[in-house]
Amino acid sequence: STTIFRDSVYVRLERLGFRVGEGLSERFSCDRPRFTDQLDVIKFLCKDLWTVVFKKQIDNLKTNHRGVFVLTDNKFRPFARMSMTTHADAVARAQPHLYFPCGIIRGVLSSLGIKATVQAETAELPSATFQIKTAQAKP
Amino acid sequence: MAASQKAARVGEETRVDKVNAELVTLTYGTIVAQLCNDYDHDYAQVNQQLDKMGYNIGMRLIEDFLAKSNTGRCSNFRDTADMISKVGFKIFLNITPTVTNWSADNKQFSLLFDENPLADFVELPDDGRAQDELWFSNILCGVLRGALEMVQMSIEAHFVSDVLRGNDVTEIRVTLIRYIEDEMPPDDD
Repeated sequence: STTIFRDSVYVRLERLGFRVGEGLSERFSCDRPRFTDQLDVIKFLCKDLWTVVFKKQIDNLKTNHRGVFVLTDNKFRPFARMSMTTHADAVARAQPHLYFPCGIIRGVLSSLGIKATVQAETAELPSATFQIKTAQAKP
Repeated sequence: MAASQKAARVGEETRVDKVNAELVTLTYGTIVAQLCNDYDHDYAQVNQQLDKMGYNIGMRLIEDFLAKSNTGRCSNFRDTADMISKVGFKIFLNITPTVTNWSADNKQFSLLFDENPLADFVELPDDGRAQDELWFSNILCGVLRGALEMVQMSIEAHFVSDVLRGNDVTEIRVTLIRYIEDEMPPDDD
């Protein structure tokens, strides 16, 4: 039942993030030139929107050029003041704080015409990694 | 009104990390919309849930407030009201609601909002009930209650009007119930 509970928390927070992401992209993409391709949209997410939400840009963007993108934030703001007695404990407790941002990313991409799945994890606080798999992703 | 001027100065001078206002508006609006869905548009329950969320925020926010503003204890409830509007609302929402309508015993006042960042771009559902039943920004009442409880004031706060409902002003009524006395910890034995 803990898994069910965790899943429902995920669905809920992710959905809230999705709606916020839709609104953000609408609000902050209206004054910029039209996007040329998928990478252009991802860059907009990493630079402009990340700054609106977390006051810094994504530190590292990797892609396989087949629709998979990995975004790394070395100092993810929500994690800035988190600590626990043990490392494993801290990482486990930090995980739910990634659900909402995952939704934001998916919402932003969705409203700019990109269907994707987004997963996030943290190996070491305060860094966070987001993996975006777009619908046409090939391994 | 020396205390009031001092509060205004503290509110102006306190430096805080800013976040984008539209991010706050959007996130809050999304939460309210989700709660309306969760409770099947039973707005009494939505109001109550928002108040509860605010209470939990307020209990933590007071700590941040005291650390940032570096102010001490208020000497009376009038000072408390000034502190809330000129320092609290100023540093967290960048607005200064007007304190007015004091009761004769100085235990009740109103906060009038010229602007309300939580309610920017908001339209209430036109189901014929939200206009009469939903207090969109009710989280603020909970925040006040939670924060003041942590500094030993038991208060009651509720909205009496909201421009979102078509009223002329947005107004929160705040009532001091009592000052909470220090209590001895329960005996060990």
